[in-house]
Amino acid sequence: MRDVAVIGIGCTKFGEKWESSFRDIFVEAGALALEDAQLSGEKIDAMYVGNMSAGRFIGQEHIGALIADYAGMATRHIPSTRVEAACASGGLAFRQAVIAVASGMEDIVVAAGVEKMTDVESDESTDTLTGAADREWEGFMGATFPGLYAMIAQDYIHKYHMTREQLAQVAVKNHYNGARNPIAQFQNEITLDTVMKSTMVADPLRLFDCSPVTDGAAAVIVAPFERGREFTDTPIKVLASAQASDTIALHDRRDISTLDASVAAGQRAFKMAHLTQKDIDMVEVHDCFSIAEICAIEDLGFCRKGEAGKFTADGETALGGKIPVNTSGGLKACGHPVGATGIKQVCEIVQQLRGTAGKRQIDGAKIGMTHNVGGTGATVAVHILGRV
Amino acid sequence: MSVARFWRHLPQRYNMVGTKCEKCGRHFFPPRTFCPDCRRAGKIVEHKFVGSGTVVTYTVIHTAAEQYAMLTPYVLAIVKLDEGPQITTQIVCRPDQAKIGMKVKSVFRKIATDGESGIIHYGTKFVPVE
Repeated sequence: MRDVAVIGIGCTKFGEKWESSFRDIFVEAGALALEDAQLSGEKIDAMYVGNMSAGRFIGQEHIGALIADYAGMATRHIPSTRVEAACASGGLAFRQAVIAVASGMEDIVVAAGVEKMTDVESDESTDTLTGAADREWEGFMGATFPGLYAMIAQDYIHKYHMTREQLAQVAVKNHYNGARNPIAQFQNEITLDTVMKSTMVADPLRLFDCSPVTDGAAAVIVAPFERGREFTDTPIKVLASAQASDTIALHDRRDISTLDASVAAGQRAFKMAHLTQKDIDMVEVHDCFSIAEICAIEDLGFCRKGEAGKFTADGETALGGKIPVNTSGGLKACGHPVGATGIKQVCEIVQQLRGTAGKRQIDGAKIGMTHNVGGTGATVAVHILGRV
Repeated sequence: MSVARFWRHLPQRYNMVGTKCEKCGRHFFPPRTFCPDCRRAGKIVEHKFVGSGTVVTYTVIHTAAEQYAMLTPYVLAIVKLDEGPQITTQIVCRPDQAKIGMKVKSVFRKIATDGESGIIHYGTKFVPVE
């Protein structure tokens, strides 16, 4: 297997992009990534595109071909493949691109992610997202996504006695980071009070515990590591790529407040990279809800089960803490265009490793991790990236 | 949900008919036709669940999808059935009554309506056991 490097990244600004179409945003992200790698389109051998539900959000399927076409690749007939795993679609698209290059099958491959969510009413987007869980046996019974994560939170609080304020601190921290990220959907800092007084969505989760509905696209370009310096002075090496699955329904899990797929993917990634938690300088985790970040940092082994609330409230996950989590602002503040999120996480870690993350830069960052979840944990993708 | 899609699950939704594996004794609700433990060596047969269980975790839904909006606030829970499997369901009780560990039993109730003139979906919810 060949070593693989990320040689280019590009990301649109995230937000409610009423003025832009699905096509506009993925072309923008792709062009930014090509420009970043100083690469012309003719060098691209293949594309993988993470997208959860263009079929429901804009009534468009066959996204692989559409994107290749509007990226100007149609007459070159390159293979272009859509990858779907709900909110983990981007993470899996990246993994497929890495596998394609590592195998020797392709050389220069684009991994992109895109979601255009605001062309439907909020009722319809809520219903579409419910398709990431078990439609027949969760959705039909009146479960919503905030509802499912609220049941994880209730179970967690019952077992480990985390306070509501500790949980709210996740959102406060992520908004602080988002305020330092020019592409973030929300660039305003908030207080504990903002979270605690926001509308109740599904007890105990309030509006500010939830990631927003977002339009956005992101793209990265991967190549054989040995060729990395043809394109950039700072090729970022992919040290590990891991993926795991679990039951589609939350109710079938061994433990409601542990995502066993996060545990499995995390362990596989550390093993593949011959690294431990202590080696990681910062991590982008899948905080679709505040409780999801709490579970993630425990499931990946950055603190013991039941202690992530205190760990967060003590500032250990903030910029300058023991393990900065979601320097981009996370899904909460940077935004969550579901198919694009996994790719955006890679873009953020690459910026940190290049030392170009501006006001949210972690000094001397050498190794970073991404953690992308589909549904309530039925799919998880974990990647470790390093500057070598 | 289309008529055919709803209709084919009537035995499960109305009467809690699931399955069990005769080889290992594990019960499945919703039904599975393949035992994840015994795999091809398993023998799956129908099983009608008693319909009693315990609340594992719950939430009170304040913001729901359109079809369920008239029910808010409602209690959504994961219930562990006495036979073993866990299911997602609604508990018919006041939001402040719900608690983890509460004993519940199944009842036949309306679940959702497809708009004003669409079909009405019935199914199983749970109520607290006094």
